[in-house]
Amino acid sequence: MSATRDVVRPTGNARRALSANAWLVFAFFYAPIILLVIFSFNDNRFVGVWGGGSLRWYREMFANRPVLNSLQNSLIVAFASTIVSTVLGTFTALALERFRFRGRGAFDGLVYLPVIIPDVTMAVMMLLFFARASSLLYGTMGATFGLGIGTITLSHIAFNISFVAIVVRARLAGMDPSLEEAAADLYAGRWEAFRRVTLPLIMPGILGGALLALTLSLDEVVITSFVSGPGSTTLPVYVFGLVRRGVTPLINAVSTVMLMASMLLVLFSLLVQRRSQ
Amino acid sequence: MRTRLLAILALLALLVAACGGASPIEGDAEAPGNGGEDAAAGDDGEATEPAGAGCEEGETDGDIVLYNWTEYMDPELLEKFEEEYGVSVTEDFYPSNEELLARVQGGASGYDVIVPSDYMVSIMIEEGLLLRLDEAAVPNRENISEDFASPPYDPDLAYSMPFQYGTTGLGVNLDEMPDDFPRSWALVFDPEVADQFSGRISLLDDPRETMGAALKYLGYGLNETSDEALQEAADLVSEARNRVAAFTSDQYTDFLVGGETIIGHGFSGTFQFAFVETDNFESWEYFVPEEGGTIWTDNMAVLADSEHPCSSQTFINFILDADNGAQLSNWTYYESPNAAAQDQIDDEVTELADIPDDVAERLEFIEDTGDDEIKFTDYFNRAKG
Amino acid sequence: MAQTTLPPRKADQLEGQAATAELEKSAERAASRRGMFMAAPGFVYLFLFFALPLLIVFVYSFANRSPTGRTILANWNLDSYQRLLDPFVVQIAWRSFVLAAGATAICLLVGYPFAYFIATRSPKVRAALLVLVMIPFWSNFLVRTYAWRMLLGSGGPVSQVTEFLGLGETRLLFTTTAVMIGLVYGYLPFMILPLYASIERVDFSLVEASRDLYASGWQAFRRVTWPLTRPGVVAGSILVFIPSFGAYVTPEILGGSRTTMLGSYIVRQFLQARDWPFGSSLSFVIMLAMLGAAFVYFRVGGKTL
Repeated sequence: MSATRDVVRPTGNARRALSANAWLVFAFFYAPIILLVIFSFNDNRFVGVWGGGSLRWYREMFANRPVLNSLQNSLIVAFASTIVSTVLGTFTALALERFRFRGRGAFDGLVYLPVIIPDVTMAVMMLLFFARASSLLYGTMGATFGLGIGTITLSHIAFNISFVAIVVRARLAGMDPSLEEAAADLYAGRWEAFRRVTLPLIMPGILGGALLALTLSLDEVVITSFVSGPGSTTLPVYVFGLVRRGVTPLINAVSTVMLMASMLLVLFSLLVQRRSQ
Repeated sequence: MRTRLLAILALLALLVAACGGASPIEGDAEAPGNGGEDAAAGDDGEATEPAGAGCEEGETDGDIVLYNWTEYMDPELLEKFEEEYGVSVTEDFYPSNEELLARVQGGASGYDVIVPSDYMVSIMIEEGLLLRLDEAAVPNRENISEDFASPPYDPDLAYSMPFQYGTTGLGVNLDEMPDDFPRSWALVFDPEVADQFSGRISLLDDPRETMGAALKYLGYGLNETSDEALQEAADLVSEARNRVAAFTSDQYTDFLVGGETIIGHGFSGTFQFAFVETDNFESWEYFVPEEGGTIWTDNMAVLADSEHPCSSQTFINFILDADNGAQLSNWTYYESPNAAAQDQIDDEVTELADIPDDVAERLEFIEDTGDDEIKFTDYFNRAKG
Repeated sequence: MAQTTLPPRKADQLEGQAATAELEKSAERAASRRGMFMAAPGFVYLFLFFALPLLIVFVYSFANRSPTGRTILANWNLDSYQRLLDPFVVQIAWRSFVLAAGATAICLLVGYPFAYFIATRSPKVRAALLVLVMIPFWSNFLVRTYAWRMLLGSGGPVSQVTEFLGLGETRLLFTTTAVMIGLVYGYLPFMILPLYASIERVDFSLVEASRDLYASGWQAFRRVTWPLTRPGVVAGSILVFIPSFGAYVTPEILGGSRTTMLGSYIVRQFLQARDWPFGSSLSFVIMLAMLGAAFVYFRVGGKTL
């Protein structure tokens, strides 16, 4: 195959143009991030103007209660929503891919909607829903809930189910059905067959979906800002607030830490994938 | 099967929407936690007098959340409060009165103490959003100077306590301004004068304030509600938009001091606070344009559905204390309506807040215009594009 | 002898067939029940926390708004929908469309050669390059957008570079260009990955054959490679266009409230203008528009998401 690929490798000018383009794109990708990290060590309060190197923003960040609080909230929401949506999403994928039942088409469509819907619409939806649900609850039971970590988590699960389902379905679709048939012949029950054959085979898909859900939850800004209450801000929402209120290198410091965390996550997922192969 | 499913879903949606106490009346049942007092003031004043929460001086009932303007509360005061009363205060921020209203209108927002400006207090009282304050819980109300003790928007100070006042105007970078520039709104609205600053101006992202500035420039009053006047003002703002770098209520000082803008529209104390922090204080100036501008009072109030009314009122009482009031003014560079605090406030603060008499005459308070209030927001949004 | 046994065997056969059919049907029903059982948790959750909220938005879009901005769920009307036709709203929608289309076009122009480059490397290099593409993508979206905010400010790094190059000071922050840059930066990976997947799948022997047939490499590309990679192009375009059209964070951070896009406009209805019915009708309609765009994708580009 690589021999054939060499044939289609452009030569001469086209090749140079392609290479140049590739280099430029990489520079475009990384330059902002590198500068972001560099300026997080900026002693000057005004971000764009260099004032000498210092660690003061990192020190301030770790002493800053709202930052740490929002980080904690982000992690809680991310892990809770990832776990629930991975379970529900996997079941959904299995149901849609392996079974035929009434309403399957409608359910299929419903599962794709959260992926397509613009996040402002989803934010509006969830806010209205929780507003109505809380007043309904108050009217019938005299006590109610407010916007907070619970409402954020519930909202994140809502869109994450779809993403997990899509990833797992892709994996299922790519599987050789004869493997499952063979398993059905070998093992006593369907559950055994599932546990010993299907599940391990789709595990990379499940993990991939879970990782995607985790990333999406940690990244989420709009929906979260609509359905969060005081004290339940997540880190990206808090940074968003900081950006709109007053830009200092503190944001750079927080961002750098978030970057490092993401990179570790990527490395971790790569290692997991290597292992499973 | 599909049509049946859709029909069921539609029915359910209507049911859910119709239930939950959605009365066609001013949605008074929409806000959970309104129980404990009849807060539906409605439109014909039939409301029964709401009872307060029955708090005593210094009583606390848990930690509170303060919903405030940015850079408006000295963190040391919050620490001091926590030390004295064992109640911790979390702060959350909003950039305008309208956003404050939007966030708390739905009820169950989780906030306890809020800081509405004058006209917003009357709106919120009408909407039944505010808790009636207990006389016993806020004895320091006596410290408030006579001039501020009976404001038109809350004559008995039954729902709110003024604790800061200031003006809105323009802050400029003197180094970049021509030598004898007019201290007027023309700097923003008159193309002949303003074009040279194109792209280096910021305006407040605030319907009443920015529309108000345009109205003042045109010679109208701040509370003018006629459609012709508002349309004229909106056209002016819309035309100015091309020269404006950003509409912002939070970052105008950052932009000005950081060099992003040369002219910023904002609040007096916030500018002074920022200027003092730079190392070239003489390069900056704040002034109220000659056509006049806004004078406002900010007040502390407690949300009717707050779960910690006693801690909240204790906090308000704490801020109204003479020492604390002075400490706050010295920090924010805003003046204080607290008579007892005056002699502890730095001269610098009062001097910087001084305004020439002829301009002071043309200062106006923003007032609640009732049903027309929403017009300002609508026209402003259109003008902003 | 054989003739007398045939009918019974036929009857047996028929009976057997009927029995099998019975068994199959009951097996099908059992499988169907199992399927519904599996689908139930996901379905219930999505119904409760997605379908229902969506319907509530739909209902709210017909509601009324009090002078102070409170929603009145009575006197149902179509006012919010009529406002959608307001030239002012149309202008905002058009602006968002142009920005999204522009961002998509740029992503395609830049991303296609880039994906092609990666796809034509050796497998190890390919994998490494892909990881390098993914790393910034995996970092927080907000962080990446903020990075541009920092870069584009006056006196900031970009301006310093252009000054150095003798092009003078640039102040790109709070312009439409800034928003465009932010959108491209945020969504370029969404274009590159499907393109890469599509290009990678191309049977290069076809291309080799076409090289024998056509005069130039460019023609070979235009007539063979490009049509073969079209599904990737469509997928990438949709994945960039949809979020760009409804973008909120990017225009807020980089646009300075000057360039109002649909996303910001909708949020403003809830947070400032306090016109929930209008905000609801806007949200609902933008969702329908996106559904339409996605439908186009499914038709043209095939079912792989």
